[in-house]
Amino acid sequence: MVQERIVPDTPVEGELSNKEEALRYYEDMVLGRTFEDKCAEMYYRGKMFGFVHLYNGQEAVSSGTILTMRPGVDYVCSTYRDHVHALSSGVPAREVMAELFGKATGCSKGRGGSMHLFSSQHKLLGGFAFVAEGIPVALGAAFQIRYRRDVMGEDDDRVVACFFGDGACNNGQFYECLNMAALWKLPILFVVENNKWAIGMDHYRATSQPEIYRKAESFDIPGHEVDGMDLLAMRSATLKGIDRARSGQGPTLIEALTYRFRGHSLADPDELRSLDEKEAWLSRDPIKRFETYILDRDLATQGELDDINKKIEEEIEEAVRFAEESPEPDPSELRRYVFAED
Amino acid sequence: MAETFLFNALRAATDEEMARDRTVFVLGEDVGHYGGSYKVTKDLYKTYGELRLLDTPIAENSFTGMAVGAAMTGLRPIVEGMNMGFLLLAFNQIANNAGMLRYTSGGNFTLPMVIRGPGGVGRQLGAEHSQRLEAYFQAVPGLKIVACSTPYNAKGLLKSAIRDNNPVLFFEHVLLYNLKENLPDEEYLVPLDKAEVVRSGKDVTILTYSRMRHHVLQAVKGMEKEGIDPEVIDLISLKPIDLETVGESIRKTHRVIIVEECMKTGGIAAELIALINDNFFDELDAPVLRLSSQDIPTPYNGKLENLTIVQPEQIVEAAQKMVQALV
Ligand SMILES: Cc1ncc(C[n+]2csc(CCOP(=O)(O)OP(=O)(O)O)c2C)c(N)n1
Ligand SMILES: [Mg+2]
Repeated sequence: MVQERIVPDTPVEGELSNKEEALRYYEDMVLGRTFEDKCAEMYYRGKMFGFVHLYNGQEAVSSGTILTMRPGVDYVCSTYRDHVHALSSGVPAREVMAELFGKATGCSKGRGGSMHLFSSQHKLLGGFAFVAEGIPVALGAAFQIRYRRDVMGEDDDRVVACFFGDGACNNGQFYECLNMAALWKLPILFVVENNKWAIGMDHYRATSQPEIYRKAESFDIPGHEVDGMDLLAMRSATLKGIDRARSGQGPTLIEALTYRFRGHSLADPDELRSLDEKEAWLSRDPIKRFETYILDRDLATQGELDDINKKIEEEIEEAVRFAEESPEPDPSELRRYVFAED
Repeated sequence: MAETFLFNALRAATDEEMARDRTVFVLGEDVGHYGGSYKVTKDLYKTYGELRLLDTPIAENSFTGMAVGAAMTGLRPIVEGMNMGFLLLAFNQIANNAGMLRYTSGGNFTLPMVIRGPGGVGRQLGAEHSQRLEAYFQAVPGLKIVACSTPYNAKGLLKSAIRDNNPVLFFEHVLLYNLKENLPDEEYLVPLDKAEVVRSGKDVTILTYSRMRHHVLQAVKGMEKEGIDPEVIDLISLKPIDLETVGESIRKTHRVIIVEECMKTGGIAAELIALINDNFFDELDAPVLRLSSQDIPTPYNGKLENLTIVQPEQIVEAAQKMVQALV
């Protein structure tokens, strides 16, 4: 057995004892997982192209953060591994699927693709294909919130969640933005999804201080080491971060220790990661874990969970149908959307 | 407004737009307390506060990206590049995000932002501080690129750029900040997409922009002595090019000289020649001639530096050759 860095027992603040809330989280995680599995199928059937990065295994991070905020009100900023962040933010599965199919009904009108999902309506800032480039953009949204509050006198208590990987934490923009966010006390949660790998680069070969949460200290902001396979731990860390952001104290760095259950992208043969390592993490599947939590506490019955799984299956089938039947973008609109006027 | 320096014209434009629209703010290195490296934002923080004149750490890529995020969410940022050359460090945010994000998002977001600051070859500033990034950025889709050249157009253009709903790269020139001109008292705007006919003439069209406009105007005196009657056009908009004004002139003169400060390879003129050939080839009586800077890093030595950029005498000579060859 490999020795994995696992947070033993993240102290969890505030029990999740409300059935409706628990099922909402559960459903969102199942939605993410089912959607991604369907993507793999569609990719291999030649329905989608390019680089497609799946999120399997990391669901507790997206659901635990975004659903703890106010989807559609608070901002979310993602990377190229963005399908599930978009779904948690409330972008309908059919619009995400249609985007992956390159259709006009996609959330980016077929212009963006897998790595460029956007929805102004759902406050999804993107979809950024270059490592770390979304961090400053999220910072700008957070600055805007403070600006509205302090310059324009608006009552703005929104926050921003900015997601990126362990690999991004070795890029300057990460440090530059932590500095500015701390300096100006911006309402933002930096959520590092530390899945141990940046394509084929082992985290331990890429960074001098592998415990990313500790980097927060040099910016004088809190850094939380969180079990990213545990929805409740993610929820709890997010609640702390939101409190801090809303009360004007500034940013929080959350290091979510997690793992992707598939290769880097659907084009990755995934040969570098050891079987031992994969098994160690697969045994900590965040969905199974939360399911156990729900059942142990009698928050819902197995039958109710099965119903949710079935409903999601149907939703994804419908999304595929929708994507399939949707029209391609109109060739006469090739040049549309370059400028604000078109 | 009485006689006004160009840097103060820019300051007035910023001030007026900030007073008019509370979503407008400036960010960059030393734009607040210090007042900007060329004093374009001097004392504005006293009126508008430190959030609207935001002194940033020296982190070009990140503060430019931050402006992108602020623009996407409804503010109107003005990024000041302390020197436009430093924005090489922000190339990714300018190209990938400011330029392309509206398109890749399928129109989900608009990016009303201005990126402005001093560019061009100054006086012995050395290669790194003597850049002409307009040439590098012209290939990026989704950006508008303008270059101001007089206090009058500087003010009117900057006001238009701030009000525009697209990302605008706004080039000033290090050696033009102290130009003086009487400006109108009443408010005015100068359109971003219109070239300016600086002098009308019939013999040859000279297309230029930024500081080279003034070299050309110096050269015009020499041309007049030689009996040449040139038409001088300041392009103002480097992207898109105002082909209407350019075409009108070519249909009159049938000869074109382009005078630019960027390097010859991949410069503004290179693109302009292609456009002229595409659109007005049949109107031309001679191949288009371009006078550009040498394809070398700008040397420090003053004499070498002068040899690197186009001088007025060269422009006169070129015009003479072109016009005489055709009589
Ligand atoms: C600026 C930039 N350099 C390189 C790449 C290629 N690339 C894509 S993902 C990736 C690894 C990123 O790893 P990490 O930040 O840990 O995120 P993860 O993929 O694990 O979610 C690399 C190198 C890129 N997209 N952008
Ligand atoms: Mg990673």
